[in-house]
Amino acid sequence: MPDFQPVLLANVGKPDSHTRRVYEQTGGYQALRKALGMQPKDVIEAVKASGLRGRGGAGFPTGLKWTFLPQNHPGPIYFCLNADESEPGTFNNRILMEDDPHQVIEGLIISCFATQARAAYYYMRCEYPLAFQRTSAAVAECYEAGYLGQNILGSGYSLDIYMHRGAGAYICGEETGLIESLEGKRAWPRIKPPFPAVEGAFRKPTVVNNVETAACVKQIIERGVDWFKSIGVPPDPSNPRDAGSYGPKLYCLSGHVNKPGCYEAPLGITCQQLIDEYGGGVWKGRKAKAVIPGGISMGLLKGDELHCPLDFNGPGKFGCLGLGTAAVVVMDDQTQMIDVLENSCRFFSHESCGQCTPCREGTSWATKMLTRIKHGKGRLKDLDLLAEIGDTIGIMPGTTICGLADGAAWPIKNCLQKFRPELEEYIKRTNPTGWMETKPVPALQLQTIH
Amino acid sequence: MADRILTAEMIDAIKAFIPRYPSKQAVTLPALHIVNEHLRHVPLQAVVEIAEILELHPAQVQDTLSFYGYFKQDKPAGRCRVWVCRSISCALRGADQLLAHLSDTLHLQPGETTPDGRITLEYAECLGACEHAPCILANNDLHKSVSSEQADELVKSIA
Ligand SMILES: Cc1cc2nc3c(=O)[nH]c(=O)nc-3n(C[C@H](O)[C@H](O)[C@H](O)COP(=O)(O)O)c2cc1C
Ligand code: SF4
Ligand code: FES
Repeated sequence: MPDFQPVLLANVGKPDSHTRRVYEQTGGYQALRKALGMQPKDVIEAVKASGLRGRGGAGFPTGLKWTFLPQNHPGPIYFCLNADESEPGTFNNRILMEDDPHQVIEGLIISCFATQARAAYYYMRCEYPLAFQRTSAAVAECYEAGYLGQNILGSGYSLDIYMHRGAGAYICGEETGLIESLEGKRAWPRIKPPFPAVEGAFRKPTVVNNVETAACVKQIIERGVDWFKSIGVPPDPSNPRDAGSYGPKLYCLSGHVNKPGCYEAPLGITCQQLIDEYGGGVWKGRKAKAVIPGGISMGLLKGDELHCPLDFNGPGKFGCLGLGTAAVVVMDDQTQMIDVLENSCRFFSHESCGQCTPCREGTSWATKMLTRIKHGKGRLKDLDLLAEIGDTIGIMPGTTICGLADGAAWPIKNCLQKFRPELEEYIKRTNPTGWMETKPVPALQLQTIH
Repeated sequence: MADRILTAEMIDAIKAFIPRYPSKQAVTLPALHIVNEHLRHVPLQAVVEIAEILELHPAQVQDTLSFYGYFKQDKPAGRCRVWVCRSISCALRGADQLLAHLSDTLHLQPGETTPDGRITLEYAECLGACEHAPCILANNDLHKSVSSEQADELVKSIA
């Protein structure tokens, strides 16, 4: 095991690590005291100087996001903690919330103080009963200790945290979908601008941050900016838009590895290192055929691209969308890419909110085609149609409101770029009489199982 | 007029959420959860009554409800909802076979309930427990790295 000492996961696995008593024994809530003694703008400056980038998927610089809040706004300002974590392959937020909920809450209170938010809505997906129970209990413990409520620790700052449960929809993780859902409506992402910092929840300025981002904020205040910047990788000098990838990161490793799990490592370790040094290698002595670098939305690396560094810049250099949630899913050499692609498209067509026609129709037609191919009724022409869908849906080409469609497109694109010969071979093998057909063919009935 | 369906207890629980939000509409999801926990579904009459409490048109509540696959409306879910994850990490470790196995042994399609009202079989998208693939969430309990045999045991243990 590499010699990096976990910080975010330091308490995970200790007995009663979810209680305030244990958390305070290891210096818990000292960072909050420190922050309350600072000016809010100095907390923002510290987070800005640390180079912290959001851990929820987009990697947007956190301090910078906070400065987008309007100056001298009459308020109230709201904070939404995004705990909707539903990107396939991702489970780091769950581990933090189950085993160290106070670390997240301390980071959340500090973040709210920095942005002078009046209330925080802790939006958690409803499939996390243990995390919900422990986080709710931890919030109650904070009120008892005076870390929440009126005049926190005599600082004059007041804050309430309200727990809010989702209802099983991936799109509630998209920040404006989350806000709509919080307001009691269907989670239809909003057209931006206005960005939430200007007009968000209840039409007020709103900050949306991820659970792991909040945990990082607490560590930055406790250990300092220099500590945070000593971990990870500096900006790529050849890329003027790169803001660097500083700090520790929670990597979620799953799929065909010997030791799946959540591992903390400095940003920038390679995919190979993560799989071998943390995950004990690909299972059954096999080789990796493909690896998802950061949640299924990010696309696919080929087995010979595992030297890809897992920082915010790395996966993009290998044709993937980005680092995403740093959820690494390994597929061994026995995996059929048609199965992977069908699974991915089915997920996105199930989770598309349906507002934008290219996303709603593109994901569902791709799924129908892939189901048909999988059942031996594929034609080579289908691959061109799939490629067309992959190239035309998403914010990047400018046809949809939110990034879900880009997430649907990337696995399709990568699969066709990197594994097309395998898909062609599959189609010819399973449809020996019809693979060259070009006339329209009827869709198969979508099957839920079998 | 249809019989009232929300009990005083449910109404109080819903009203307790109102001060937390600057709009009453924001209480929609909490209200749906409260009713769902009590009745295991949210019938139309409950939608009408929630709308009354939150000063909304019933269509607004129904619109929201229908967006979230979590709430059943026609009839109550079984006492235990068995969510089998089918997303990628679980699929790579046999989730499709697991779901098919449960579907066969329980004689249910996903979404259906056993005639005795004991179990509703559901597929789930990523349950956020991919290190334990394939996994099942049975009401509030997560079952990790579930084999077909363990799934049979689980089904037997559900009262
Ligand atoms: C389809 C979609 C789903 C998303 N799901 C999540 C999620 O579950 N959790 C999350 O923190 N961010 C998610 N995001 C990213 C959020 O929109 C937002 O960027 C993030 O919560 C900001 O927090 P951060 O800056 O701390 O990362 C999602 C984005 C998209 C487009
Ligand atoms: S891109 Fe898809 S998920 Fe996003 S708003 Fe449009 S239809 Fe909804
Ligand atoms: S894919 Fe099944 S829990 Fe994540």
